Amino acid sequence: MKIVVCVKQVPNTANVKIDQQTGTMIREGVESIINPDDLGGLEAALKIKDQNNAEVIAVSMGPLQADKALRECLAMGANRAILLSDRAFAGADTWATSLVLAKAIENIKPDLIIAGRQAIDGDTAQVGPQIAEHLGVPSVAYVNEINLNMDSLIVKRMFEDGYQTIKVKTPCLITVLKEINQPRYMKVQKIYTAFRDGLVEVWDNSKLNIEQENLGLKGSPTRVKKSYTKGVKTAGKVFEVSPKEAVQIIVDKLKESYIL
Amino acid sequence: MNNYKGVFVYIEQRNHRIQNVGLELLGEGRKLANKLDVPLMACVIGHKIDNEVKVVESYGADFIYKVDHSILETYVNETYTKALSKVINDVLPEIVLVGATTLGRDLAPRVSSRLHTGLTADCTSLDIDENKQLLMTRPAFGGNLMATIICPNHRPQMSTVRPGVMVKPDKNELNQAKIVEIEVPFTETDMNVEVLEEVKEDKSKINIEDANVLISAGRGIGSKENMKQIDRLAELLTGEVSGTRAVVENGWLEKERQVGQTGKTVRPDLYFACGISGAIQHVSGMEDSNLVIAINKNPAAAIFEVSDIGIVGDGSKVIPALIKELENIRK
Repeated sequence: MKIVVCVKQVPNTANVKIDQQTGTMIREGVESIINPDDLGGLEAALKIKDQNNAEVIAVSMGPLQADKALRECLAMGANRAILLSDRAFAGADTWATSLVLAKAIENIKPDLIIAGRQAIDGDTAQVGPQIAEHLGVPSVAYVNEINLNMDSLIVKRMFEDGYQTIKVKTPCLITVLKEINQPRYMKVQKIYTAFRDGLVEVWDNSKLNIEQENLGLKGSPTRVKKSYTKGVKTAGKVFEVSPKEAVQIIVDKLKESYIL
Repeated sequence: MNNYKGVFVYIEQRNHRIQNVGLELLGEGRKLANKLDVPLMACVIGHKIDNEVKVVESYGADFIYKVDHSILETYVNETYTKALSKVINDVLPEIVLVGATTLGRDLAPRVSSRLHTGLTADCTSLDIDENKQLLMTRPAFGGNLMATIICPNHRPQMSTVRPGVMVKPDKNELNQAKIVEIEVPFTETDMNVEVLEEVKEDKSKINIEDANVLISAGRGIGSKENMKQIDRLAELLTGEVSGTRAVVENGWLEKERQVGQTGKTVRPDLYFACGISGAIQHVSGMEDSNLVIAINKNPAAAIFEVSDIGIVGDGSKVIPALIKELENIRK
């Protein structure tokens, strides 16, 4: 069985700071990590590999620096790692990104594709289902349990108020939540080998042969018109008073607002 | 591009329950349709959905497109993608809005890809610009940054919209829509997925997005034990309890009650923040609340920047005193 895992290198946005003047992210000193949902996807693939002799191939689209994330995938136990990197891919929205990933996956011909539900920098959750659409394979999103079953998978698909147990034929794509598992640590021995040169394959568009008009910014139906930091709501009054006075202030306000 | 006309809202129903966000989008969709001077369209997909179509009619669509087929009894991405894509291709609306639920965020990406058009995820505000283009604004980087996205050369312009952000219109039984049934030819190759079991979990009974009053707890509340005071306060103010991610991660509160970027967006009449520092990820989920009252020990807490009334003080003293006072008033 061949499994492709899509991973994205993302800034650790838990403590991102925005330059209030320019409205751009201050990248200095922000570490890059493998997107948490994608890490869940990799672990899910490695679990299948542990039991079924599968080949796990990590694929990422990004700048050349993203190869660090792929080396981490190798150190966790992926068999191969492929970085899709080309100047022409830059500025892609989810449509154009999913096209590049889909073309690469067509070359690999896997039985199963696993992607994280969404990336913490974009939060769109769009790339996974869009890859499946480009490939014309069925997809199931928001999965937090996978069981293998001959030529199909049985997965648990989460909703806000419950779940479905779904049987889906392979080849297919699923997107997983990070809650699906606890990712393993990298193996020391494998870190050593993974960080030697030459283990991450780099594919550019000469390998994928996508028409230029469908690539990058040019191939993206959407455009960012502007970005800005949110204007803060004007602060009201802040009181440093005794609990008794505080209670009076609160009760008065609740009455004034007809809540009491 | 000029062939595309109208604002089109996908109405999500699962097991014959209409999700609120679809109705909220009818309210927002009407505003956009009026600005463009075009009709408002709604689409309902499922099996035996006449009741749902009636409800949608009372919320004010001009046209309702329905796809009714036994294969659509339960939501499956493949069949629903096929149905919705067919309707959009028949109707050619210029704007398509879908609720950003776990279903909408699965369905809309595949549909937009099939139609080869753009899709903007999880929008929190929509508008029309001077060129009659849709302006889709969404938070990025955990709510630190807002981005306005356009889709200049492809139609329809598609967007998923966060539940709880737009305002549901008033229901009016006198509203009338033209109801159009659309046939979608399904074949065996459309069924590569089989739903073996569907389980509803009880957690849906709590819906903090619908609450008018939310008493919300942050890490500063100190302990699970102290949550009892928050419960009591909510009871006295006929509200619901909500909280921050930290409180949920500490196991003091269910995930369904989490407010913020990775939780829910709320805008109650009163948001009462107890021991909440006001991280941007949290604030982005509650800043549109009508009245915000915050109690925090730290005078520099960011929550005070979005509060109408800020109390610098020890919640463990102020809250019991407030409970006592409210109990007196209620007597």
